[in-house]
Amino acid sequence: MSAVTGEEAEPLAAPTSPLKDFWKRFSRNRGAVVGLGVMVFVIIIAALAPVLYPESPWRMVQRPFLAPFQVPGFYLGTDTLGRDVASGLVHGARVSLIVGLISTLVALAIGVPLGAVAGYFGGLVDDAAMRFTEFFQTIPSFALAIVLVAIFQPSLTSIVVAIAVVSWPPVARLVRAEVMSLKRREFVEAARLAGLSNRTILVRQVLPNAMSPIIVMASLMVATAILLESSLAFLGLGDPNIMSWGYMIGASRTVIRTAWWLSFFPGVAILITVLALNLIGEGLSDALNPKLARS
Amino acid sequence: MRILTLLASRLVKAAVVLLLIVIANFMLIHAAPGDPAAVMAGEAGAADEIFIQQLRERFGLDQPFHVQLWTYVSGVLQFDLGYSYRQQAPVLDLIMDRLPATLLLTMSAFVISLTLGILLGVIAAARQGTWTDSAVTTLSLLFYATPLYWVALMAVLLFSVQLGWLPGFGFETIGADYTGLEKVVDVVRHLTLPALTLGLFFTAIYMRMTRASMLEVASMDFVKTARAKGLSPGRVQRRHILRNALLPVVTLAGLQAGQLVGGAVLTETVFAWPGIGRLMFEALAQRDYNLLLGILLISAAMVILFNIITDVIYTLIDPRIGAPT
Amino acid sequence: MALLSLKNLCVSLPKGADRTFAVEGVSFDLCAGEVLCVVGESGSGKSMAANALMGLLPRDVAVTAGTAMFAEEDILALPETAKQRLRGARIAMIFQEPMTALNPLMRIGEQIEEAFDAHGVHEGRHEKVLSLIHEVGLPDPAQIARAYPFQLSGGQRQRAMIAMALALEPEVLIADEPTTALDVTTQAQILALIGKLRRERGMAVLFITHDFGVVAEVADRVIVMRHGKVVEAGNAQTVLSAPEHPYTKRLLEAVPSDVVPDAKAAEQGDALLLVEGLRKTFATGGGLFREKRVVNAVDDVSFSIGRGEILGLVGESGSGKSTVGRAVVRLLEPDGGTVALGGQELTTLSPQLLRQARRRVQMVFQDPYASLNPRIKVAGAIAQGPIAMGTPKKDAYAQAGQLLETVGLDRGAADRYPHEFSGGQRQRIGIARALAMRPELIIADEAVSALDVSIQAQILNLLRKLRDEFGLSLLFITHDLRVAAQLCDRVAVMQKGKLVEVGPVQDVFLRPQHAYTKGLLAAVPGARWRDAAVAA
Repeated sequence: MSAVTGEEAEPLAAPTSPLKDFWKRFSRNRGAVVGLGVMVFVIIIAALAPVLYPESPWRMVQRPFLAPFQVPGFYLGTDTLGRDVASGLVHGARVSLIVGLISTLVALAIGVPLGAVAGYFGGLVDDAAMRFTEFFQTIPSFALAIVLVAIFQPSLTSIVVAIAVVSWPPVARLVRAEVMSLKRREFVEAARLAGLSNRTILVRQVLPNAMSPIIVMASLMVATAILLESSLAFLGLGDPNIMSWGYMIGASRTVIRTAWWLSFFPGVAILITVLALNLIGEGLSDALNPKLARS
Repeated sequence: MRILTLLASRLVKAAVVLLLIVIANFMLIHAAPGDPAAVMAGEAGAADEIFIQQLRERFGLDQPFHVQLWTYVSGVLQFDLGYSYRQQAPVLDLIMDRLPATLLLTMSAFVISLTLGILLGVIAAARQGTWTDSAVTTLSLLFYATPLYWVALMAVLLFSVQLGWLPGFGFETIGADYTGLEKVVDVVRHLTLPALTLGLFFTAIYMRMTRASMLEVASMDFVKTARAKGLSPGRVQRRHILRNALLPVVTLAGLQAGQLVGGAVLTETVFAWPGIGRLMFEALAQRDYNLLLGILLISAAMVILFNIITDVIYTLIDPRIGAPT
Repeated sequence: MALLSLKNLCVSLPKGADRTFAVEGVSFDLCAGEVLCVVGESGSGKSMAANALMGLLPRDVAVTAGTAMFAEEDILALPETAKQRLRGARIAMIFQEPMTALNPLMRIGEQIEEAFDAHGVHEGRHEKVLSLIHEVGLPDPAQIARAYPFQLSGGQRQRAMIAMALALEPEVLIADEPTTALDVTTQAQILALIGKLRRERGMAVLFITHDFGVVAEVADRVIVMRHGKVVEAGNAQTVLSAPEHPYTKRLLEAVPSDVVPDAKAAEQGDALLLVEGLRKTFATGGGLFREKRVVNAVDDVSFSIGRGEILGLVGESGSGKSTVGRAVVRLLEPDGGTVALGGQELTTLSPQLLRQARRRVQMVFQDPYASLNPRIKVAGAIAQGPIAMGTPKKDAYAQAGQLLETVGLDRGAADRYPHEFSGGQRQRIGIARALAMRPELIIADEAVSALDVSIQAQILNLLRKLRDEFGLSLLFITHDLRVAAQLCDRVAVMQKGKLVEVGPVQDVFLRPQHAYTKGLLAAVPGARWRDAAVAA
């Protein structure tokens, strides 16, 4: 084959590294970098909980209602039963992170395939999937989560499942919308003409292009899941064997007038963790969705 | 005409959804560990044997599955949501008794958050890149990340316990027996903290959406057309950018209605607000499953109502919806 | 005495752009009653210059030097409120995209009235609006005034835009590519309307375009811009017939002329593709509360393509020409008719067999940005088809490298991602991808429409050479009659889903039979100019 020559050659742009680009754009968002730092700190604390506070956070270690900084070694005070608030916070970080992460993964496992199939195949499949999704969006999610956990008895599993069950619909809708717009792109038609199967096209050509918004949404979902878990625990629907931030606030609610610190510190812990995750989500959004460079 | 067609189709859809929820409720009772009759009566062993036996007969719990389903569904269709053994009252009566308080709370929070959110969003977008923008954006990030029940507790601590400005619990001052305007003022004073704290999270959401939407619309071609006409910047903002920017905010508000009703459970629990959220907390503490399921059904109906309202508003704003092209 | 006199305009771009200035040292005079065309390819800075005059530059772009004297004032130096009083009243502007240039939530009448509002005119506004709507040639002014933009066609919206711009009888009208998004017949009508209004009102028009055909149609004087600078300026007649700057010459050469070149005599009898009675209908809406609407996108279309032949399929948007292309390869399932490729019937094949058969027909697409998967390297995109057909990976990748050279790209392109390439380069990659399957027929769907004219000419050359070298057949779908005339052996004309005329390119272009074809040809901008050029 001979080359077609005799035309003005356009120079190629210099190659770029996607990962480096990503970090450059992510780090431009200062809030996101701070959020990432905080998140790393929380993860380390959670991982080191058994080392930092080897004793069970449920154990009575001092007299009850010890205010912060009153006794050395108990800088955040003790609760109504003389349990160390600091130890509760550190151990509570674990359940927050685990529930946040796993329930998000489960929700993605439901929402991504459902949305992808609905968006790609359209027609009746889409109609059925979307009616199903709308149905779940009509039921108030927190009320449904409460009922699910209450009926199946509070445990780590039932909490994770309940949160996943109420969190997947937005994922399905997002993925569906993305896939619907992507499948109309001409490269998908080209792939069909090249003889690729629907499965290959959906998994290899379409979904990788939908990853960015899914990742951004997932980071925000972890944050929402942490809030949901703590709300359930606050209402007394936490796993009775696991110390969690929401439980700490719920248990001390009645004594807020006398022992403010019991509610205050766990709340701050939730606020900081959720805020950090949201900041990371914004950074990811900036880094992964640059305006399609068309110039 | 457009509105009527829309209403008709929405109502049919709503009926189907509610029926499905009733069926789902029935499934949940049977999926729960233990005897369905005991589940419906409340925490195992709490109800006496006679009441449980009555339940068995009434719902035909020894009958085949589909007969049980039919008995349950037809009961609900006749507005019979069952009887709460714990509270010694029909479930529907209990809920209807508490519904007005919840409607007052959620509607107030809805109006507050939507107004405040749109206002702040517009200001932030108009001053994009200035410190006002940063302040509003940061504030919304904070609101968005704060646990609802915790803000409520802190609000009680600060405004009620420390400063003594506003009452921290209840619907009205017990034993005061206010009437007329005094009563209204009293209720509003009680309503302020719960409505504000419930609205906080949603304010953050609407603000972010309004800001993003305003900025997006501002870059559209027709805005340039409006400026090319020689319209003043303020007029371009109001008549061209804001109206178009509100469309996605309205959609979002409809989608968030469910969250609002869910959030009421937490707010009402903290403020001892006598609505169905508080009722749910009580039912939860007593493991009164039948009451829980009844509340779930009614709150879903409330969400559907919110959705229909936002759909109608959307249709009123956007001439393209439902019009023949 | 010039009405508007622009001197040494410089507009700076934000940091990180590919050049410092969008516009650099541009000067021109605009006199009352004349049409000055600013011509250039995308990125030449022509629109930026116009927006600078209107004070409508994007946030991070600014005028850094220059004066624009209008009515004894430098309008570039005016404070914002004074600019605002000028905009719409004495200098008005219309834009490229009629679909997005109107507020979707406001009635047409309200939007025109706003122009009066903005400048404090209150008396008899409503009557004025109706007479404006009438003046721009829209039917039933009262009804149009009540309509929302989505209820109007593209051409009607552009007329409404013009009515809005005319409201306060401006002395200058700036038209930024006002007909680029329109079909050729609509374009001709809008150009005629602008010409008429200019004559009747003695308005000066600053007309921005990339199309020399349009220039020939409307311009009194021309300035040609490239990379933000003026490369040539002068009388329209002179610039078109005797361009001086090499860039202008190249641009003019690249304009597909409607002088029909000698096409290969179509060798009939050996038909590669035989399409008969093809039908496709689209249904929208439907459901409990909405009426179902059915559109006959393709209605009983029959044609054939010989081996090594290029058939042009031309028509305006919505004529169904793209649907034909997609129905032939069953990217859309046809509702009726037969499609035979070298004797093999495609419409009845099972999905399995279809995947095999499709190897023989490949497509090249319109949008150079959407037609390549941004996450897959160029080599992967080209090799994916052969690999799916069973070619060993190594061979497929080696072949991909070769194909890149065939289409005039460097082999090194194989390891890069699509975003590193320009539009023209991407289109070459798309052609290489199609060639990788060693097809007998390539369907090119508006394959050059998104490209600047100079790049367009290169891609047309490439297609022609590939046909000659590999004996490929081509179904070339386009809305641009001039492009079709350049490349095709035979041409088929579609209107509203029906094929109205098909024949050798000379016949269709020089002796059109169907009234619609005649209308289309008459509407091609610059037709008379080209005729004159041929005569001379």
